[in-house]
Formats: sequence, C-alpha cells, structure tokens
Amino acid sequence: MSKEPLFSSKNLKLLQEPINKSNPITVQVLGICSALAITVKLEPSIVMALSVVAVMAISNVVISLMRSLIPPRIRIIVQLTVIAALVILVDEFLQAFAYDVSKQLSVFVGLIITNCIIMGRLEAFAMGNKPWPAFLDGIGNAAGYGIILIIVGFFRELLGSGELFGYPVFEKIGLYKTGYEDNGLMILPPMALIIVGVIIWVQRDKNRELVEEN
Amino acid sequence: MKNYSNTYIFVFSAIMVLVVAALLSFAALKLAPIQERNVEIEKKRNILSSLRIESTADNADDIYDEYVTKSYVINNQGELLEGVDAFEVNIKEQLGLVPDERKLPVYVGELEDGTTHYVFPVRGKGLWGPIWGYVALNEDYSTIYGANFDHQGETPGLGAEINTDAFEQQFIGKELFNEQGEFVSIEVVKGNAPPDAEHKVDGISGGTITSKGVQEMLYDVLGTYVSYFKSKKQLSYE
Repeated sequence: MSKEPLFSSKNLKLLQEPINKSNPITVQVLGICSALAITVKLEPSIVMALSVVAVMAISNVVISLMRSLIPPRIRIIVQLTVIAALVILVDEFLQAFAYDVSKQLSVFVGLIITNCIIMGRLEAFAMGNKPWPAFLDGIGNAAGYGIILIIVGFFRELLGSGELFGYPVFEKIGLYKTGYEDNGLMILPPMALIIVGVIIWVQRDKNRELVEEN
Repeated sequence: MKNYSNTYIFVFSAIMVLVVAALLSFAALKLAPIQERNVEIEKKRNILSSLRIESTADNADDIYDEYVTKSYVINNQGELLEGVDAFEVNIKEQLGLVPDERKLPVYVGELEDGTTHYVFPVRGKGLWGPIWGYVALNEDYSTIYGANFDHQGETPGLGAEINTDAFEQQFIGKELFNEQGEFVSIEVVKGNAPPDAEHKVDGISGGTITSKGVQEMLYDVLGTYVSYFKSKKQLSYE
C-alpha cells in the first residue's frame, strides 16, 4: 500500500468542498435550526462554530477508529453516544474556561447533539473511511457550517442591534443621527432564514453548477 | 458486512458505556472546582453591579471584600438568624420552602461616598427558564439604588435584554413603597413609562413575558422581605 501524502488533492477536497460546493447549510440544507437560534450576535455564533468544529472532528475520528468494531445493528446508538459524550465535555469546558460565553449559548451547546450534520457525516463518511480523511471531512463540514453561522451572526448583530461583538459600530460612526434605526426584525429567528436564503442565492449565482434542474 | 453475535453487541455496548461514563465523571470532577469558582465570582460581580460598582473576573474578590462589609441572614419576620453565612445561602432553595422557614440573605455595601446600601437577591421565572438578580436599596429601604438581573436562557436580543445596563438603570431611584407606606414594588409596563413614575419602568419590546417575570420576581421575593423593610423603616422614624 503506497503512502498517500497527508494533504493530497483528494484529502484537500474533503476539506474544501463542504465549505462551498457541498456546504451543509446552503447546499445540503442541514443544521438550519441552530443557525436560527444562536446567530443573533456574532460572538456566540463564533463560539458555537468552534464547538461544532471540535465535536465534529473528534467524533469523526473516534468513529472512524472504531469503524470495524461497531456492530452495524447498534451503530446509530454508538454514534449518538460518542457525540453526546463530546458535547457534554465541550459544555463542561466552556463552563470552566469561557463562563460568559457558555451562559450566552446556554442550552444550545447541548443541542449540538441534535445537529443533523454531525450524525450525517458520521454515518456517511466516518463509518467507511480512515481516521485522517475522516478528521479532514469533519473539520471541513463543521467549517462550512460555522462560516454560514458567522456570516449570519455578523449581519444580524450589525443590522439588528447596530453592534459587532457588543461594540456599538453604528453609534460610533454617527448613523443614528441621520435618522437610521435598527431593524428589530433582524433579531427574530425568521430573519436568519431570510439571510441564509440570500446566501444560498448569492452562492448559486456565483456557482452555476449548484443550480437545481427544475 | 460482518455478522456480530448478540454477546458481542452486549459486551461492546457495556464497555462503551463504561468508558464514556468514566470519562465524563472524570471531566466533571476535575472541572467542578473551576466552575464553582466562576459561579462564586459571578455572584460577587452581580452583587457589586447592583451597587453600581464595575468589576472584572480578576478583581471581583478584592473589590467585593472592600465594599461589601457585612452580610447576614434574616427570616421572613425580619429577625436576624445567627450562624448562617449569607453568601452560602442558595436563594433558589430558600424560595422553594414555605415562607416561614426561609433564610433570606442581606448584603450590606458601604460605598466610598459614605452611603450604606442593602442588597437583596431576587429570583423568578422568565419565558424559558429562571431569571435572577440583586436589588440594592438606599437606607430608607424603599428607593432602589441599583439593580442587576440575569437569566439562564432568555431569547438573545429580546428577553435576554434584562441584563443590559439600559434596562437595569431604569430601576435607579424607583420606590418600592408608595406614599402611604404600602409595598407596591415596581411595575414593568409596555410602552413608555413616564420618567417621573415612581413605581414603573419600561418593559422590553418582544420580551413581554420576561419583563412580566421581572415584575413578579420583584414583587414576590422582595415581598418576603417586607416585614424586615418595615421594621427597619419604623426604627428610622422613631
């Protein structure tokens, strides 16, 4: 068996494709629920993105390492157990070392367990691939998810509260004096869907391959 | 696909569960002291915040020791209870007891300008989960000197706004007692509360249930302190 370079073009593709061409949110339309819930502000969006990267990469590797040991009949339970254990660990670590952010994310850290992207990748990729590609696939998909969260969080915080990371951007540049008002609609969950919709539109406009047939 | 025997599946699951359980218990035990410390620091910062003193996670201990000079525990008749550390009292547990058995903490803050303020913990229900906070009163036990609120999982941008300065600062100068000396607490109203309204503050648009939660929390919990407030007020009239 010839040794494949760590970052062969095939492996790189695992990392890059989910960020754009097979993005979990905008192309596969998975994991929408959390994209609505925690993107009101930028900071929790970023922490959520990082938490998902951690859970996803590690769970992909763990499942990949165990893939020949896992009895197929209980594989879903095994996957869930691994994800749940990692999510609890992430939650505990956030509570210990990033207390303020962990308070903001509150229940949504726990809800990473229900993020369909993670189980989707475990089932579709990690069960049949070696640890290293599984790791890259995990990072790639979580990053694809995270990027969308961060974009949505950016626009919602900026347009909804006129702030970024809690810093009053619009107030500092004097926008309110011109009669501008924050768009309260941005704070409500439906606006996240609309922003995701706009991202999907822009992405398909740039990348015609993604446009569906009918 | 290999065929696994039932025995294999049972052994596999048993080992997996043991490993996961051991890992999680280990992490929880190791991290618990750091987490408890975070909670303690946060409590100190919240109490300081109700006294309108800014603090950071690093200096909260020192500032707390400097300004919060005394603390004690009373019952709902306003009588002092000896031998209980106010800081250790869990207000959540106490509010679960019948009113007569509650141990109610009082924190005394002495500020640089020579004024003394009394801080009372409050706790209630928001839309999604518990909300809590600290209210600091002037020496007349009626005028609010400062307030600090927090929540577990209120909607960011809506109910979660109760822990913003904009919301909390509205409480400054409001009165818990009316001119007849009755306890009326503070009403959180929809729309604009007139600035001279002594018992009203603006609620949060889109956060009505949380706003009402704050109102009920203040009425219910500060209500259990009323005998204490009154006994203290009486003294000051004499």
